[in-house]
Amino acid sequence: MLEGSIPSRPVYGVLEMRPGRLHLMVADAEGAEAILDLAASAPPDFFAGAHIVYIPKKTGDRFVARLEHLAPAQIYVGPSYEAALPRLRRVLAGAHMGLQVYLAGTEGLMGQAMLEAMQAGIPHSAIQTEHRGSTVRRVQCVHCKGITEDVTHDPFQCSHCGLHLFVRDHYSRRIAAFQGVRVDAEDPGNIPQSVERFR
Amino acid sequence: MTVIFKEETFHDDFTFRNSPEAVKRFPFPFPEDSYMYSVNLEPHKSYRPGSVYERTFDVDEHYVSEMRDRARVLAEDPLRCQSLPHMTLAGWDLLELIMTSKAEEYPELFELHRDGAKWHWINRPLGIEQKFTFLDETTLPYGPMEYITRQTQGDFAVLDQRDDNLWMDAGMVTTQADWSLDFDIGMNFFEWHAPVPKAHEMGIFQRALKFLLNVRQGSPARRLNWTMTVNPLLDTSPENYHKWGVMKKDLTLENMGQMMHLRVELQTFFRLPRSNALVFPIRCYLIKLDELVTVPKWARRFHRVIRDLPIELATYKGFVTNRPKIVEWLSKYDNGAPTSPGIWPD
Repeated sequence: MLEGSIPSRPVYGVLEMRPGRLHLMVADAEGAEAILDLAASAPPDFFAGAHIVYIPKKTGDRFVARLEHLAPAQIYVGPSYEAALPRLRRVLAGAHMGLQVYLAGTEGLMGQAMLEAMQAGIPHSAIQTEHRGSTVRRVQCVHCKGITEDVTHDPFQCSHCGLHLFVRDHYSRRIAAFQGVRVDAEDPGNIPQSVERFR
Repeated sequence: MTVIFKEETFHDDFTFRNSPEAVKRFPFPFPEDSYMYSVNLEPHKSYRPGSVYERTFDVDEHYVSEMRDRARVLAEDPLRCQSLPHMTLAGWDLLELIMTSKAEEYPELFELHRDGAKWHWINRPLGIEQKFTFLDETTLPYGPMEYITRQTQGDFAVLDQRDDNLWMDAGMVTTQADWSLDFDIGMNFFEWHAPVPKAHEMGIFQRALKFLLNVRQGSPARRLNWTMTVNPLLDTSPENYHKWGVMKKDLTLENMGQMMHLRVELQTFFRLPRSNALVFPIRCYLIKLDELVTVPKWARRFHRVIRDLPIELATYKGFVTNRPKIVEWLSKYDNGAPTSPGIWPD
C-alpha cells in the first residue's frame, strides 16, 4: 500500500465490477493480480465484454496465461506503455456510453492512462484505479519540464537537464507526474545522499 | 491623483524602489503582533482613499515597469500563461471587468468606448490603442485573458466552478510566490493548495472554499497573504528556483535593509457574469525592510511576528535559514512599546 500524504496525491481503491457494455482494463506488471482478483467475484459472462491492455514489464509471462484464461473479448500484451498507447487511444476514441475503465498497477501507468481517458471525455472520478506492485514514480522536472520515468531514488538526477531534484508528493493529473525540484538550489553543490524511497 | 510611473527593474540590477508615498499606502498585512493562518476574507469595497483598497484594480507607480517585467518573463517561458479550451468565455468576462473598472476609476489613464460589440480601448501609460470586437478572438493580438492581463498588475487565476469545487483552469502567473501554473493547471482548490502545511488540518481550505463558491456578481471579496523575498523579484517561480534560490545565501546584516523584502499579496475574488467562473487576482506588493522600518509601528510589529512565527510556516515561506539574521536586524527597531490595533501607520 502507498502511504497517504497530501491532497493532490491520488487515492487509489480496489477494483470492483460495475455495470457496463465495455470494460476497458489497463494494467502493468502486478496490476494483473488486481484484474484476476476482480475476476474471482465476477459473473461468468463478465469478461465477454472486456478488453484487457496489459504491459507485463519485469513480470514477464507470469500473469499472461491467467489473464488469457479469463477469455476476455480482446486482450493485448505489449512491451511498453508507449507501444500500447495508439491502441488505447483508438479504443477510447471509439467508446460509447457504458464504457467502464479499470486501471491497475504502477502509479505511472494509471496516471497516464487516466489522462488519456480524461481527454476522451471520461471524468477522472468515474475511473477506477488500484495500485499494485512497484512504487516507483514518474516525475516532472519543474525547471526543464522533462519527465523521468521509474524514479526510485530521492534526490535523483533529471534525465533531461541533469539537475539533482528532490521528489515532492505534489501530483498533477494533467501531467500524470509528481513534481521534482532542484535540491541544491539555495546551496549549489550541496546534494544530500540519495536514498531509495520507491521500489 | 496623478501617478508618476517609475523606470525600474525586478531582475539583474534590481532598481525597484518605493517612493515615500508608496510606502505609506503599502498593504501591511499584520493587524496584530502575531500571525497564524486564518480565512480573513472581507468584502472588496472601496475604502480609505489613496490606499490600495480604493480601486477595483489598483494601478500604482510600478505599473509600467511591472508590465515590462511580465512581458520579459513570458518571452522566456510562454507556459506562464495558459487557458484550457473551455475558459475562453471567462477570459472575455475578465477583460470586460478590468477594462470597465479601469476606464471608470482611472479616466485620465484608460478609456473604453463601446458601440455594441465594437470596442475601442486606450491604455495611455502603456501607449496601447486597440479597436476590437467583443467576443471575437480574431480581433485581438492574444486571447482575451492574456491580452488584458499583460496590461494589469498582479497574477490571475481563473477558476471554473463545478462539482462544488473550484478548478484552476486558466491563469497568467509571472509574479508568484513559488507555485507553478503549468503544474497546477486543471487542479481543484484542495489539490493546488496541497503543499501548504497545517492549513488543511485547521479546516482553513474547507471554510475558504465554502465562502468562495458563494461569491456573487458585484460583491467581490479580498484578503491579504504574505511571504518574504530576497531581492525585489516579482518572478519567484519554481521554474526559476534554481536561479533565485541561491540569492538567499547573499543576505547579511549589512545588506538586509536593501535586499530583504516583505512580499504581500492582495488577493481578490470576483464572480464573472457569463461564465460563472471566479477570477482570483493575486497582486504582489514588495517593500524593502529599510522602507518598512520608516513606519515605527510596522517595524516593531514585524519584528515580533517574524520572531514568533511557527517554524513550519517559516520553512514553508522559505526564510527559516535566514530568520535569525532577519530577527536580529529587526530587533534594533523594536523598543518594546505597544502597537496600536489595525494595519495602518499611526
